[in-house]
Amino acid sequence: MQRTQKVISFPHMGSYHVPIEIFLGLIFPDHRIMTAPRITKRTLELGSRYSPDFVCVPFKYNLGNYIEALELGANVLIQAGGGCRYGYYAEIQELILRDLGYEFEFIKLLSDRVSPLNLYRICRRIGTRLSFRQFVYYLLVAVRMVKIIDETEAYIRENIGFETVPRSFEDLHEEFFKALRKVRTFKSLRAVAREYGRRFRALKTDKPADCLKVGVVGELYTLMEPFSNFFIEKELAKNRIQVSRYITVSFLLFEKRRVQKRVLKAAGKYLKYHIGADGTDSVERAKTLAERGYDGIIHLKPFGCMPEVNAMPMLQNISRDYGIPVLYFSFDSQTSETGVRTRLEAFYDMLVMRKEKCV
Amino acid sequence: MTIGLPRAMLFYRYGALWETFFKELGCDVVISGETSRQTLCDGIKYSIDECCLPSKIYMGHVYSLIGRCDYILVPRVAGYDGKNDVCVKFNALCDIVRNTFETARVLDYNIDIAGGETELRAFLRMGLILGKSAAHTLSAYRKARLAQAAEDRRKSELQEKALSRRDGMKILIVSHPYNNYDRLIGRPVSRYIEKLGGICVFADAADRVKSLRLSRELSESLYWLYNKELVGAIRLLEDRVDGIILLTAFPCGPDSLVNELILRKSLKVPTINILLDELQAEAGLQTRIESFMDIIGERARAAKAAQGPKEEAAVLCSARKR
Repeated sequence: MQRTQKVISFPHMGSYHVPIEIFLGLIFPDHRIMTAPRITKRTLELGSRYSPDFVCVPFKYNLGNYIEALELGANVLIQAGGGCRYGYYAEIQELILRDLGYEFEFIKLLSDRVSPLNLYRICRRIGTRLSFRQFVYYLLVAVRMVKIIDETEAYIRENIGFETVPRSFEDLHEEFFKALRKVRTFKSLRAVAREYGRRFRALKTDKPADCLKVGVVGELYTLMEPFSNFFIEKELAKNRIQVSRYITVSFLLFEKRRVQKRVLKAAGKYLKYHIGADGTDSVERAKTLAERGYDGIIHLKPFGCMPEVNAMPMLQNISRDYGIPVLYFSFDSQTSETGVRTRLEAFYDMLVMRKEKCV
Repeated sequence: MTIGLPRAMLFYRYGALWETFFKELGCDVVISGETSRQTLCDGIKYSIDECCLPSKIYMGHVYSLIGRCDYILVPRVAGYDGKNDVCVKFNALCDIVRNTFETARVLDYNIDIAGGETELRAFLRMGLILGKSAAHTLSAYRKARLAQAAEDRRKSELQEKALSRRDGMKILIVSHPYNNYDRLIGRPVSRYIEKLGGICVFADAADRVKSLRLSRELSESLYWLYNKELVGAIRLLEDRVDGIILLTAFPCGPDSLVNELILRKSLKVPTINILLDELQAEAGLQTRIESFMDIIGERARAAKAAQGPKEEAAVLCSARKR
């Protein structure tokens, strides 16, 4: 007889719930996969209520996601971890949720213990009947899917501000995800990637050669979860700005380790050592963006984020040395949307004026 | 040659090591003065406003050393052996100082055991920069280690003496040494406890090796070395104290999570969390400490009344056990 059905859930970050959902669906055909409800104000409120005061805000979002998922009947929760404070999220979140009286299984994927074999063992424990070979195959499909999503979204970011037909990018983006949900094999994945790559590039834009270009750097969660940064990328796009961002899941998981030394070197005189988590990348990226002639840089972080606060003196020096404006945002559960909007608008106006003066 | 040592952050862990090392090498050593309001003001001026309080104080100390020495020592620590990391602030302190005070001459050393940078190597390299021979540096380093060990021993003996006293309420202060020994932010707390007749016991002065081992009982996956030692010290000392004060500087990253762990898992002894920030008012601090100690005293008295007359120390003990 089968035990009670497991309902597997995990926190949100950007649109990465799609590949995770697909992957888990393939691995656990007998169980239910339930993505946490979409992030709303309530998610953050719930999360903040039960979180330590000045923990960084991704903790609060994650906790809110878990509570909302548990309310809907989830009983297996997944949390990853690694770097700075994130590595210790899992233990404290489990403690808080247990104290709240929920019953669930908590799966911790800590970065130093994650290998395909280990992942397989964990999934066996949850209850997959797949062979290791099949498991690895699906894992690779998921990884490839993440890469394709990252590439597609990078293209969207750089062009959505210049679409001639309103909502054309957004609609196609949604359609793209719908198509991805049907993917089961590499073959179908390749077909989807090719088709949508073509269709995205076929969308009409009127991008001038000298458009305003802004790079966003900073802490990974506030960069990748648009709700947590008040949809800053969208706001920028509305003002016809090309937005570039380098921190993506595929960068963090697969490239970062390889390029670490190079990144430190490229940061030049600004850094002698790594300054923790993604701080080094922020400095190096800011410098590169300045050298490439970007018009401005926006630096995002949760309030009190140690590695990103560490990076700020260097960013200030880069801003001074290269004459590139940098706008700093800190997000917490108390951040007001109006405040963010106003500052962003002022920043944008300033960029436009600078550009006009130069011409 | 004069080396400046900022009296902040890791100075409270490695002070004797540094001082002896440079003196043995024939350098003069200047240690910045005790933290004052002015130190903090300077620190705030030269820091990003979201930095933690101790790092602001650190910047103030560095600022006060500029122009008074040839080099300012700013260590960089990435991690110790095993799964023992530190807050990323220590990874970056050196680069922060370099980028903030661009004219200052910074002498740094790097400890990153996973990356193959041991303390010995780091000190040998420092000797090289200062133009000393390897043999000279090595012997200076050995002496410095011994001096630090002696200093640590002295501290724990003092602590042992305090723990064996029977004439007052014992309060365990769980805090990073750069908070609780700092004259401006931490000292007022311990001074006030003593004024009320309490005895201060410091978690950071407990046996580090034992603490580290015991910390596993409370948390399997904790990886910040300094916090592990503090958490383990609670386990080590909780049967011998009457109350615990978690003294945290705002907004300390590791402490934000670890305090939650302690408050939820370590329930043997009454515990409060006091937050230190740059707007700290003495009166608020005193009220909280006073009421905390009142509550502990009241509990002890209630237990005494329930059990009949006994020695107060024994009653304090039983109050602890409930």
